[in-house]
Amino acid sequence: MNPSADALERHFGSAIRRVTESCGDTIVYVELGRLREILAWLKDTPDQAYIYLVDVTAVEYREPERPLEVVYELFAFSRKVGLRVKAELPKDQPLEVDSMVPLWAGANWLEREVYDMFGITFRGHPDLRRILMWETYAEGYPLRKDFPLRGRFSRSEQVRQALNANPEAHYSLEELGIAESYQELPADMRGRLARGERGQIAEPKGGA
Amino acid sequence: MMAEKRTLDVALGTTGVDERGLPVTVPLGFEVPDAGAVEEAPEVGGEHMLLNMGPQHPATHGVLRLVVELDGEVVIRVIPHVGYLHSGFEKLGEYRHYNQIVPLTDRMDYLAPMANNVCLAMAAEKLMGIAITERCKVLRVIACEISRIISHLVWLGTTGIDIGAITPFLWMFQEREKFYNLQEAWTGARLTTSLTRVGGLMADIPDGFEDGLRATCRSLLGVMAEVDRVLTRNGVWVGRTQGIGVLTAEEATNMSMSGAMLRASGVDYDVRKDRPYLDYETYDFEVPIGEHGDVYDRYLVRFEEVLQSVRILDQALDRLPDGPINVADHRVILPPKHAAMTDMESMIHHFKQVMEGVPAPVGEAYFSLESPKGELGYYFVSDGTAKPVRWRVRPPAFINLSALSKMAQGHLLSDLIAINASVDIVMGEVDR
Repeated sequence: MNPSADALERHFGSAIRRVTESCGDTIVYVELGRLREILAWLKDTPDQAYIYLVDVTAVEYREPERPLEVVYELFAFSRKVGLRVKAELPKDQPLEVDSMVPLWAGANWLEREVYDMFGITFRGHPDLRRILMWETYAEGYPLRKDFPLRGRFSRSEQVRQALNANPEAHYSLEELGIAESYQELPADMRGRLARGERGQIAEPKGGA
Repeated sequence: MMAEKRTLDVALGTTGVDERGLPVTVPLGFEVPDAGAVEEAPEVGGEHMLLNMGPQHPATHGVLRLVVELDGEVVIRVIPHVGYLHSGFEKLGEYRHYNQIVPLTDRMDYLAPMANNVCLAMAAEKLMGIAITERCKVLRVIACEISRIISHLVWLGTTGIDIGAITPFLWMFQEREKFYNLQEAWTGARLTTSLTRVGGLMADIPDGFEDGLRATCRSLLGVMAEVDRVLTRNGVWVGRTQGIGVLTAEEATNMSMSGAMLRASGVDYDVRKDRPYLDYETYDFEVPIGEHGDVYDRYLVRFEEVLQSVRILDQALDRLPDGPINVADHRVILPPKHAAMTDMESMIHHFKQVMEGVPAPVGEAYFSLESPKGELGYYFVSDGTAKPVRWRVRPPAFINLSALSKMAQGHLLSDLIAINASVDIVMGEVDR
C-alpha cells in the first residue's frame, strides 16, 4: 500500500472516500468536488511530489447503476512510486469534473479524449473539443456502454453523411478567422459558420 | 495581432526567433561567413496566413493534419487535427478475450508491434497474477529491444529525409530489413507479429535466430558509426536541429512527455529503470539524457538508445536460458494440439479457453513499459469475466504530439517539419 494514501486520509479526512489495492496498485477514491484540490496537494506537497501525470481516463462499468469513474494515474519521479486517484460521477447528475489543465498541461489532450469518448465535461478546460472523432460527429460517445459496437447509425446512413459532409467543416471558425479571409467568404457560408452549422447532419432515421 | 515586426535571418544556423522577435543562432562549431549581406530583412508583418498541411502529406508521418497560422514564414500557431486513423481499438477490446486483443496491439504502433504485444501480455498477466517463465522473460526483452531498434531506425531515416538527408534513410531501411527478416522468421509476420500470449509466447525462436541476431547487430553498429560520421557533426544537420523545438525539463514533465522527448530535456525517466519489468534491473545499460531539449538532443538520445539496445540484446542472448516459454498452467495457455486430441483433460482446457476465454479476477491493473515512443501503458479493468470492462491504452505518441504547438511557436515553417519529425509519432497509436 502506498503511504500517500494514509497521508491523504490524515489531511483530507472524509473527502477520501475509500482506499483499495488491486494488483499492487494503490487506488484512492476521492470526493468529486475536491478532486482538483487533492491532486494539487499531491503535486505540490514536497514529500508527495507527484509531478508527473501519466494518464487521464474514465471507466464505465457494465452494471448500468454503477457510476462512471474518472481516473488519474500519477507518478512521483523522486520516489519512483505511482498512485491512482479516482472520482465517481453518478449517472443521474451532469457528468462534470474540474479540468486539471491548470496543474498539468499534459492533461489537455487526455481530457479532450475522455470528453470525446465518454461525454464527460471538464470545467475550465481551455479547448474542450472532440479530438479523435470529428467535430460534427452526431452518434454520441463511443466508449459508453450504451453505444453499440457498430455505432448508432446504419452503415448506409454513415456513408450518406460522409458523402454529404460539407467541405467547409474541415476548418473551424477559429481557423478561418486566422486567415483573415473570413470577410471574403461567400455570405451564405459565413452565415452557416456563424450559426455553427457545420455540414448537413440529418437526424437518424428509425433510431439505432 | 503581431504588433512588432519580425525579422528573418537566412544565414546558416537560423533556429527561429526568440521572445523579442530576434533570430536565435547557435554556434555551429565552425566559422560562419558574415551574415551582414542579409541584415535588411524583408518585412513580413501584417496579415497572417492559414496553411493546411495534411492529412495526406509525406512530412506528417501518416494521416496527421496540421493547420498552421503563419506570419510570413514564422509559425504563430499550430492546430493539430488527429483521428483520421481512429479504429476504436479500445471499444473493440471490450468485446474480446485478452488473447484476442493481441492482434489489435500490432496495429497500433505498427513500427514496433512486438513491444505492444509484450505490453498487452504483461498487463493481462499483472491482472491475473501470472508469473512467466525465465526463458519467456528473456525472449520478451529481445522482442522489446528489437522493436526499439526497428522503430528508431525508421525514425532516423524518415527524420533525415524531412531535414534533407536521404542517404541515412537508405542505410536505415537496409538494416531494418535484416531485423524484419529475423522478426518474420520468429513470428511468421513482418508487421502484424502477434507474438505474445497471456502467460507466454506464440512461438519460440527458430534455429539460427541467435546467430542471426548477433550478426545483424554487428552490421548495425557499423552502419550507425557511418550515420554518426555523416550526421552528428554535419553543419546542415546541426543548423537545422540545434535550438529547434526546445522543451525545458519542467515543461516536458508538466506536459506528460515520455521517452526520448522527455529524456532529451534532461529528465531521467525511463520505465526500464524506474519501474523495472522483465528483470531489466539486472541488465547493464545506460539511459542517455539530453541537456537542451531540442531536436538535436532527441536525435542524440535516440541514436544512443539504439547502441544501448544492442548492448541489452547481447546480454540477453548470453543469458538466454533453456526451458519452456509458456507457463505450465493449461487453464491459461492452450495445451499442445496432440494432447487436446488424445487427452480428456487437455481437451476440456482447450475447449474452455477457445469458447470462454481466460477469466480475469475482479480488479484492475495498469502496466507500462518503455516502448520506442515513450511510456506505453495498458490499463485493464476486469469484472471477473474473460473480457475486460475497460481497456485503456496510454499512447505515448499521442501525448508527445500534444506538445507540438508549444514547440513550434516562433520557428520557421521548415523547422515545424523537423520538430514534428522529432516527436516520433505513429498515427496508428495516436488515433488508435
